[in-house]
Amino acid sequence: MNARASHDGAAHAPTPTPAPGGGIWRVARAIAWRSLHTYVRRPDLFVPSLVFPLVFLASFAGGLSALGSVPGFRFPAGYTAFQFVFVLCQSAMFAGLFTGFTLAFDFESGFARRLMLAAEDRRGIALGYALVALTRSTVTLAVVSGVALAAGMRITGDGVDVFGLYGLAALLVLVGYGWAAGVAFRFRSIQAGPLMQTPVFLILFLAPVYVPLGLLKGWIHAVASVNPATAFLEAGRGLISGVHAHTGLAFVCAVALVALFGAWMLVSLRSAENAA
Amino acid sequence: MSVLLTQVGTLARRSMRKTLRQPFQMFPIVFFPLILLAVNASGLKAATRLPGFPTHSYISFAIAVAFIQGGMFSLINTGTNLAEDIESGFFNRLALTPLRRVSLIAGLLVGVAALGALQSGVYMLMGLVAGAHLRAGAGGVLVILALGALACVGFGALGCAAALRTGSGEAVQGLFPLFFVFIFLSSSNLPRNLLKTGWFHTVATWNPISYLIEGFRSLYIYGWDGTALWRGFAVAAGLSIVALLAVAGAMRTRLQRT
Repeated sequence: MNARASHDGAAHAPTPTPAPGGGIWRVARAIAWRSLHTYVRRPDLFVPSLVFPLVFLASFAGGLSALGSVPGFRFPAGYTAFQFVFVLCQSAMFAGLFTGFTLAFDFESGFARRLMLAAEDRRGIALGYALVALTRSTVTLAVVSGVALAAGMRITGDGVDVFGLYGLAALLVLVGYGWAAGVAFRFRSIQAGPLMQTPVFLILFLAPVYVPLGLLKGWIHAVASVNPATAFLEAGRGLISGVHAHTGLAFVCAVALVALFGAWMLVSLRSAENAA
Repeated sequence: MSVLLTQVGTLARRSMRKTLRQPFQMFPIVFFPLILLAVNASGLKAATRLPGFPTHSYISFAIAVAFIQGGMFSLINTGTNLAEDIESGFFNRLALTPLRRVSLIAGLLVGVAALGALQSGVYMLMGLVAGAHLRAGAGGVLVILALGALACVGFGALGCAAALRTGSGEAVQGLFPLFFVFIFLSSSNLPRNLLKTGWFHTVATWNPISYLIEGFRSLYIYGWDGTALWRGFAVAAGLSIVALLAVAGAMRTRLQRT
């Protein structure tokens, strides 16, 4: 009874009117701070997000370097740079996915539901986790880039090209996050993890990962030709080597996917609000 | 002796049913190796044009990796099932019955061996449909089934050791990426003579998974290659022995707690 009275009392208590648009950022900042604090304090969260890209980089750039000698393979910056772009895109999208996992974990533990009750503007929750995804990806991309440069990767593009490459990576973080957060808001369980990962994994690997599109034959060539991930990889490889290919198309695709998955995430957030 | 066989048989049947009845466990066993095989066989087909590549069919080269991935899934499924039994208290209740202690794990591993042979058969069939040519013929089928079963026992026993040691399904699942690294840092995508990066060649040469893969691969590409086969069986047997020793140690500790 006391609890009820206290609850009712809280419900009828006058609340300060937030500045227009201020609530969403306040919520976002609080979530981003809390999640980054957790990320730094728990190696079990950040180690896998670093280990996977590094293993891919070692395995593909190191183990498949002989593919650089396949007749018809021409890439001015070398095979390490060729594979680095794939690893960069994969790391960026997976940084978004791992943040989706965090959101799903928060729903399972009950934290996200309490957050939804407390947040003055619930879109701030989605925005807060997006900031987390971008910040986490900064750490991952910095480590992967550092290791690639230490391994002798050559960059033949100029400063603007490199800036464009990391800009594209930032958009891919948001693509991965938008998809995964939409799934997390809709299912509110980590059991939906495979649904977050599998489509992204498939889209990435059904692109020209090991050799350029021109050297792919058969069904994989047909699929890769219409796969947006092909545009991301070709644009990224063009930016790192300074020989541009499909750069505009890649940015248009990335922005369109951010918008599409952003809408998906907000619709799923509404579904979570209805269930809360 | 017959009592022991009955106990092992009963637990082996339970272990097999527990995996076969769960689509979430069966799906990755079939789906992931199939997808990776399809993607890698198409994406890396250009590698067959490298001088020194042993075959013109990349699918015949790559199919070997599917057997190892199957073994990894055995590790996860066996370990997770045992951890569930520990978490639910079923393992403790079983330990309190007159059941012989050796049957507890032997039953599980006999089930894993049977499933290992079954999944190896599925991968062979998938390879056949996709165009892989088994040069060793009908005899090679039997050797692949045996090597697949033995490898799955080794990986499955590792999963059991992890489950007994931690008692947590989540901890067993956490081993998956670690073992996947062993596949990536091996001769899974190119033969060792074509691994041009020095450090990677060294890591792949020291990585036992390379020899396991090459054992399976030799039957597809060369027919009967005694060296590759004995190395493959030696790795599978060695892995099984080491894993069973780890199981024995972990079991002793676990049953003392019980």
